[in-house]
Order: sequence, then C-alpha cells, then structure tokens
Amino acid sequence: MKRRTKFSLPSKYLLLLVTLFCVAMIFVTFTTDLAAGPLKAVSGYVFVPIQNGINYVGRSISNKVDQLQNLQDLMEENAELQAKVDELTIENSTLQQDKYELARLRELYELDEKYPSYKKVAARVTAKEAGNWFSTFVIDKGTNDGLAVDMNVIAGSGLVGIIIDIGPNWATVRSIIDDSSNVSAMVLDTSDICIVTGDLKLMGQGVIHFSQLSDEENKVSVGDRIVTSNISDKYLQGILIGYISEKTTDANNLTSSGYVTPVVDFEHLEEVLVITDLKE
Amino acid sequence: MKRKVVLALLIIICFCLQGTLFRGLALGNIAPNLLIVITSSFGLMRGKKEGLVVGFFCGFLIDIFYGDVLGFYALVYMYIGYVNGFFNKIFYDEDIKLPMILITMSDFAYGLIIYIFLFLLRTRLDFGYYLIHIIIPEVIYTIVITIVFYRVLRAINRRLELKEKRSASKFVS
Repeated sequence: MKRRTKFSLPSKYLLLLVTLFCVAMIFVTFTTDLAAGPLKAVSGYVFVPIQNGINYVGRSISNKVDQLQNLQDLMEENAELQAKVDELTIENSTLQQDKYELARLRELYELDEKYPSYKKVAARVTAKEAGNWFSTFVIDKGTNDGLAVDMNVIAGSGLVGIIIDIGPNWATVRSIIDDSSNVSAMVLDTSDICIVTGDLKLMGQGVIHFSQLSDEENKVSVGDRIVTSNISDKYLQGILIGYISEKTTDANNLTSSGYVTPVVDFEHLEEVLVITDLKE
Repeated sequence: MKRKVVLALLIIICFCLQGTLFRGLALGNIAPNLLIVITSSFGLMRGKKEGLVVGFFCGFLIDIFYGDVLGFYALVYMYIGYVNGFFNKIFYDEDIKLPMILITMSDFAYGLIIYIFLFLLRTRLDFGYYLIHIIIPEVIYTIVITIVFYRVLRAINRRLELKEKRSASKFVS
C-alpha cells in the first residue's frame, strides 16, 4: 500500500483560502444569476427525505396524542369545513374583485377582462428557516413538479409568499411577513395602490406593515381588504393578503400607512398551495 | 477518516433537526441555534482548523437552503469556529464553564453580525428592539440547549479521540 506523506495546511492559510472562496462565491451569486444547480440537487436529495422523516415522526406522534383525546373525527370535520371556508373566501374575494372590476368596466363600455382561475399544486412544509431573523421555509415540491422561481404561494384563503430558490424536489418560499419582503398591493374596494412590507418587529403581533397608500379622499377605512395589485411584476393580481387593522395619515398628508392583519396563520403553516401560473 | 464521516453525519443531523424539531420547540418564535453550538464546541475541543471546517459546512448548508447569496453564512460560521479554536489551548475536558461562556459569546457575536449585515444595512436602526427580542432570547435558549447538547458532543469527541489514539499506537508498534 502506498502511503502518501501527510501534508497538512496551516489553519491560517486554510482560513484565507476558504475566505477568498466564500467572498468569490458571494460575488458570483450576487452579481450573476448563476444557480449552483448540482449542489442544490444533491443537497436536496440528502436533506429533504431526512426532514420529511423527522416531520413524519413528529406528525405521527402528535396524531397519536390526538387519537387518545378522541378528537380525530372532529378535527377532520373541522379541517374539511375550514377548507370549505377557505375555498369560499377565495371565491368570494375573486367574485368581489370581479364585481368591482365589472362596475368599472361597464362604465367604460368594455367587457373584455375576465378574472382567471389559477392552476395550483399542493405542497407540504418540510423545514423552517434555521435562524430567528427571517421567515422563509422549505416545501417538498420542486422543479420535478413543475414549480419555478417567482411562483406565488397561497395557503387557505390568502397569500403566503413567493418562491425564491428551487431544487429538483424542494423550493424555498419567502413569506410576506419576512423582513425583506415587499409586495405591491391594493385596496380591493378603491383600487388604491400601496406597498405591503414584512417587518420582524411586527411578526410577534401577527400584523404586517403597509405604506405609501395614496388615499386623498379618505375612502379607505379599517377592515378593508388588501389584495395583490395589478401592477406587481411577480405577484398575480387579486390574491387576498389581509384586512386593514390600523391606518394613519403620514406626515406629508398625501399618503397613509398602517397595519394589515394577514388572513394566513403563519405560525401553523403545514400545507400550502403553489400557483403554477406565472405573471407574465 | 472515521472522524470525517462522524462529523459529516453530525452536521447533517443537526441541520435537519434545526429546521424541524427545534422549530417545533421554539418559544415565542425563537429557536436555539444548534449549529453555533457544534461549530463553537468543535473549535474549542479540537482547535482552529476543525472549528473552521465544521463552521464552513454548517454555514454553507444554510446558504444553500435559506441564504440569498452563497457563501455569506459560511463565512460567518467559519470565522466563529476559527476564533473559538484559539481557546483550544486553555481547554480542559471536564470543565463546562468555558464552553458555556464561549458558546454564549459566539451566539451573541453571530446575532450582532447578522443584525449589522442583514438588517442595519437595510436601515433597520432600532438595535435595542432586535437585541432584546431576538439576540438575547436566542442566546439564552441556546445556552440551555448547550448544557445537554455539549455533553453529547464531548462524548462523541472522546470516543473518536480514544479510537484515534488506539489505532495510532497500533500503527507505531
């Protein structure tokens, strides 16, 4: 057996080398859109099954507990009804959207626009972000199931977020309550455009921030629906985000800002729907 | 060789647990940082080089799955592992105070770095809020986890060192 004399690099130089490597990687991934494809594929095939396994164990344990409490049937029924409610809420919000749109279009004597119904793929949440600073999570579907970056993710009746990263069998979703998330939105009744921004500070209170709402006639009030806007280049139009819970006029007296209560329960997100239509 | 396999497995398992089980254990949306515990412990127990390598791989996994750019978390974790390696000289196997102090400092430093680079640079200026609501709770929870988890890591390390010593002496004789 041929034994190579053991060459060992001093840790100083190793540190320097790896630092240079990392900085180079940061530059490459920051400036170009070069996705580390094979790396993501391999890591996806290693980690997603393990995480699914852990989740499966966790879920089966909690299910056992539920069975002991003999609440299974009730829970199923509740979930079914909840799904129905969600479905109806979506339908309702689309219908409302339709209604307002119809009214406007009738005024203009144009009846071309029709609100589309989107194709969706269901996915399970496998892992949440490793630190405490952001609010991203991984789902168990990827390019193999026809998903792509920038697809919108919804749960129940409202918007959850957007796919920012993807592998063959996983995708990372940035939720709208994430500190770095910005969504172009509008008030359903008046079509006034505003920006909905996630904020780490507000995450605990279960609200998100909206700003730059130009509402000069002061028509928008607390309780109004906020949906994704028609001018957003990534989010499809008319997906419900939440309801206005607080509104104040900004110091410039032109715009207002405030808080939106999202319709999605981000604490207990287990299954989500990915809309496979991209905004063109 | 055996050490490498064990370390790789350990990192993979911890990374998976971090995203699943520990998210379930989170109190008030704050989860302990297991990866800092491994990086820091191995830096302390085994020196700069191993701390650096373990840190790099922990960070790199976060980059692949959750990071915006590839390499940022790898860099942060790697330096934490490397700096912890300096304390290897005063490391004494039975003592648990030193690792506790170091892990606390590491997690705190990690929180600061993340705040500065990912929040302050986006004009999130309210440092007090983030300090009280994110950084300090995370540090405290991480210490609590460390009390248990560090012993596990130490036991694994002792096992490995014992094996390595044995095979080395066999090789000499």
